[in-house]
Amino acid sequence: MSKVMKRTGLPYTASKKSLGRRLKNNYIGWLFILIAAAGISLFYFYPMIRALLLSFQSGMGANLEYVGLENYIRLFSDPTFIAALTNTFIYLLVQVPIMIVLALFFSVLLNDATLKFKGFFRTAIFLPCVTSLVAYAVIFKYLFGVDGLINKFLMDLSIISEPLNWLSDPFLAKITIIAAITWRWTGYNMIFYLSALQNVDRSMYEAAKIDGASSFQQFFYITVPMLKPIILFTSIISTIGTLQLFDEVMNITNGGPGNATLSISMYIYNLSFEYSPDFGYAATVSYVIVILVVLLSLLQFKVAGDDK
Amino acid sequence: MRKAKRIATYTFLSVASIVSIFPFLWMLVSMTNKSVDVTKGRLLPGTHLLENLKALFDTVDMGTALVNSTIIAVITTFLTLLIGSLAGYGFEIYRTPGKDRVFNLLLLSMMIPFAAIMIPLYRLFGGLPFFGIDTLAAAILPTIITAFFIFFFRQNTKMFAKELVEAGRIDGLSELGIFFRIYLPTMKTSYAAAAIIAFMNSWNNYLWPLVILQSPEKQTIPLLISNLGAGYSPDYGLIMSAIVIATLPTAIVFFVMQKHFVAGMMGSVKG
Repeated sequence: MSKVMKRTGLPYTASKKSLGRRLKNNYIGWLFILIAAAGISLFYFYPMIRALLLSFQSGMGANLEYVGLENYIRLFSDPTFIAALTNTFIYLLVQVPIMIVLALFFSVLLNDATLKFKGFFRTAIFLPCVTSLVAYAVIFKYLFGVDGLINKFLMDLSIISEPLNWLSDPFLAKITIIAAITWRWTGYNMIFYLSALQNVDRSMYEAAKIDGASSFQQFFYITVPMLKPIILFTSIISTIGTLQLFDEVMNITNGGPGNATLSISMYIYNLSFEYSPDFGYAATVSYVIVILVVLLSLLQFKVAGDDK
Repeated sequence: MRKAKRIATYTFLSVASIVSIFPFLWMLVSMTNKSVDVTKGRLLPGTHLLENLKALFDTVDMGTALVNSTIIAVITTFLTLLIGSLAGYGFEIYRTPGKDRVFNLLLLSMMIPFAAIMIPLYRLFGGLPFFGIDTLAAAILPTIITAFFIFFFRQNTKMFAKELVEAGRIDGLSELGIFFRIYLPTMKTSYAAAAIIAFMNSWNNYLWPLVILQSPEKQTIPLLISNLGAGYSPDYGLIMSAIVIATLPTAIVFFVMQKHFVAGMMGSVKG
């Protein structure tokens, strides 16, 4: 009976059903799945294979010919690619940890049952998630402009004496991008931690308090270990998101100054649609993202799974 | 000591809230001001709202962008939900080891970065007759089928009472009839959460429309805002009006259906 249920998903009377009926339902089941499976094959798997083939070709526009590994070798001596890769890793190593720590911190503060205005704080911090990436990117571009509000504000507070070139200084431009992404996504991550925290047994904290553990000790020895699976999940999501960073860079700095904020996705876009189109090499660069997504996800699983 | 900690907590959360909300307030205020006043850093509401809106619809054709974005988002949401829920239902209700294998394979597509398939997709649509480059259909098609929604609906179908399927069969409903007449009405909450996410994704989508839509009359709102933002002498009041209009639908949905909104965003870890 249970075997039948598993095979057909039909409860109760399934075992009495004729073989014909079961085969018919199995067949109908495939029909339910058909469009989705065909669509994903056509719009994801097929292009992936085409991109792999393209990555071994080179030429302008539609005149492509196979060049073997030439594109992959070109990567190592392409300063623009190296700049894009470096920038992406800077975003990953600086922005993702800052955001996750901030989100964890907010969620712990908001998880306090005695806190007032909890709903307001939660809604406010989550609010940036309702903006479209392009819209908030343009807002940040203006806020961080030379005569933008950030400079006015910092000058009013006498933190700086003259306006900073946020968008045209290589270092400050990176800071601007990092600040923007952190503003947009911290609340999103916080929501995951908040809901996970609700499943943490309060008595663990009570016991820790009796043993004289400080808030920081409680955070590092109870909260972080309990939330480990969800922290892993959010860091993978953020890593994949950062590797595909495009909208913000395109609309805040357009990759500049120089290539100081260029992301890999933006470089692929430029190679295909801004410069004279080189689809083959662009596909090669795109496979670097694929490889990085797979490698970094595996790495994070390994790191997080170590002490299991 | 306890009190100091309290004060620190409230201060910290208040600063975080102000930082989070400020850009929203700024765009709302700037929408009502002249461009010069926005540049001067004016933070009070002005009287230039109607002029900004008029300029937005007259000089940069926000109307067309609004229509295009709405058409794309509505059709995308409808088809995404239909195809995703049919598949999620199919995988869960007619579960077999073979289908589980296909399911796992389809899930792998969630790992594929869009930048990696963008060029082949562009070339694929380049050769098509009616769904070719610069058509709304091409902007819609590759976005309506995503493993995320199949996964989302399969997870949600686990909560659906499977006895109802059997009851439907006894009542003589066809398999598709059971799906439309029993499953769909009982799963309204899941559909609402999915609809919010699908609509938002489509409404805010930038890279694919940027690649596939080229003429100004096909422009969507994100493309319009991006173009305005890239201009050398931006009209801030006008751009802020465009940004407010772009943000309004998602903001309204968020405030009216906060629970569904958050549930939808977190859909992938449910179950």
